[in-house]
Amino acid sequence: MACIEAHGLRKSYGSTVAVDGIDLRVEEGRILGLIGPNGAGKSTALNAILGLTPYQGSLNVLGRDPWTQRDDLMRDVAFIADVAVLPRWMRVSNALDYVTGVHPRFDRAKAEAFLAKTDIKRSSKVRELSKGMVTQLHLALVMAIDAKLLVLDEPTIGLDILYRKQFYDTLLNDYFDHSRTIVVTTHQVEEIQDVLTDFMFINRGRIVLDCSMEQFESRYTEVMVNPDKAPSARELKPITERQVFNRSIMLFDGADRQELAALGEVRTPGIADLFVAVMGEGARK
Amino acid sequence: MSIPLYAPVVATPTNPLYWSIRRELWENRSIYLAPLTVAVVFLFGFVLGMATLPQRMKIAFELGKAGQTAFIAEPYSFITIMLMNTSLFVGIFYCLDALNGERRDRSILFWKSLPVSDRVSVLSKFAIPFVILPALIFVIIIATDVVMLLLSSVVLITDTHAVATLWARLPLFSLAPKLLYTMAAIALWHAPIYGWMLLVSSIARRATFLWAMLPVFVIFAFETIAFRSSVFVRFLAYRMFGWLNRAFVPQARPGFPTFDPLTLIDPVRFLTTPGLWTGLIVTAILLVVIVQLRRDRGAL
Repeated sequence: MACIEAHGLRKSYGSTVAVDGIDLRVEEGRILGLIGPNGAGKSTALNAILGLTPYQGSLNVLGRDPWTQRDDLMRDVAFIADVAVLPRWMRVSNALDYVTGVHPRFDRAKAEAFLAKTDIKRSSKVRELSKGMVTQLHLALVMAIDAKLLVLDEPTIGLDILYRKQFYDTLLNDYFDHSRTIVVTTHQVEEIQDVLTDFMFINRGRIVLDCSMEQFESRYTEVMVNPDKAPSARELKPITERQVFNRSIMLFDGADRQELAALGEVRTPGIADLFVAVMGEGARK
Repeated sequence: MSIPLYAPVVATPTNPLYWSIRRELWENRSIYLAPLTVAVVFLFGFVLGMATLPQRMKIAFELGKAGQTAFIAEPYSFITIMLMNTSLFVGIFYCLDALNGERRDRSILFWKSLPVSDRVSVLSKFAIPFVILPALIFVIIIATDVVMLLLSSVVLITDTHAVATLWARLPLFSLAPKLLYTMAAIALWHAPIYGWMLLVSSIARRATFLWAMLPVFVIFAFETIAFRSSVFVRFLAYRMFGWLNRAFVPQARPGFPTFDPLTLIDPVRFLTTPGLWTGLIVTAILLVVIVQLRRDRGAL
């Protein structure tokens, strides 16, 4: 069964269309990255999936309609909107008590075990914690929930690189298993490239590219072209070309790797590079 | 770091309404700190004033039974009125912030990530002025009265007649149910006021107090200028104080009924007052609207 399934999902605010009729299917056990520029519709799509906003079209998350069954859906879904949503007045012990009191699938012992590895004191208020510690606390709460779907909307925004790395490492090592599904949006595409199983580019409310990592790795090739081979490389129609230290780096879609190897140094591109190429192309159209 | 992953998680029993109310009390400590502060300050003043208590008891003996009761009960009625006013103020300011604050500090996104329905969230917030505050105020009033009576008895210890008169005129055990009835009547009567404040709190982006009061002034000014009438003011006065003459037998002698044993309660009259039921229906409609509004409210 698909974890998330949407057909013609659409959401507009007045005359602004935030999500423009997208079709989407996320299978169980995937880690999907939603990637797009600011205002592309990522957060709106996530809000619809989480039951935070009404929408047009059909949307099914874990067998439920999110808008009419949000509270029921949240038994099986956990989400971190961004780091700054934990109430600042709350004590760590309050947060544990509250989630224990309202969430049937919250394992308090697990959250306590996770917190024991941090410097977070039970008696501290959220406002007294550093931004990184607040994220650790939120992560401890979320990881102790036996959720089927975890949604992360810019979860590491404003964190330093150590906490960002720790965040994804913890998530992958201690939380993810193949019965869970994770959907994540972030601007720091490079950092999650190794984590993802699938990614989608969203722009102006539409899905521009929907690709698994296996497809991505077999389909796209980046070549640091030797200067003398540049003209013949261009004949193979790279989707993008950029200059670094006077050498051309070209990105090819579906070209033969062996043929490309003759032109220069071949490597797997970063999603960020593909993003720039695809979005740049979109902008020209 | 490794935490056992596959440990079976058994669904544990939960009580979202109970925990949501506790959550409100964690966040809004003024709900109990404000009335406690009023009570403590009042008790301090009462202690200072006790120096003249023996003389005042002598004056009381000169009065008839009714006058004696009114005279002795005066400080007790006063703290009752003070604490009831505190309850109204705390309730109004709590409601004005209840649905606005969670959007301003973005914590609404955390609350909504948990399996708690908007209905339970809104009801837990409404329960604060409707149930929790009246119950709390009831307990604080009774506790204050007991402390005052005991302190007075200690001061008057050498005069057994004065102590006996004091306890006879202030029959706490028979007054407590009447006070409870009063608290319930006020809560039921004022319910739409809190409903209105919660509605403004869920609509206004900021300055909730302004948006709650502005329509009141505008309607008042409009009516005064356009029709030279005062229907709206009378409506407001009815909504604020109407319970007084409907929950109790109207008195020839105007005054606050709660601590006056001569005042008789009249629950039948109160429960058959149309104003009570229209108020409650309006409250129910407001709550339904507020729940719908909260469903697609996000962070501000």
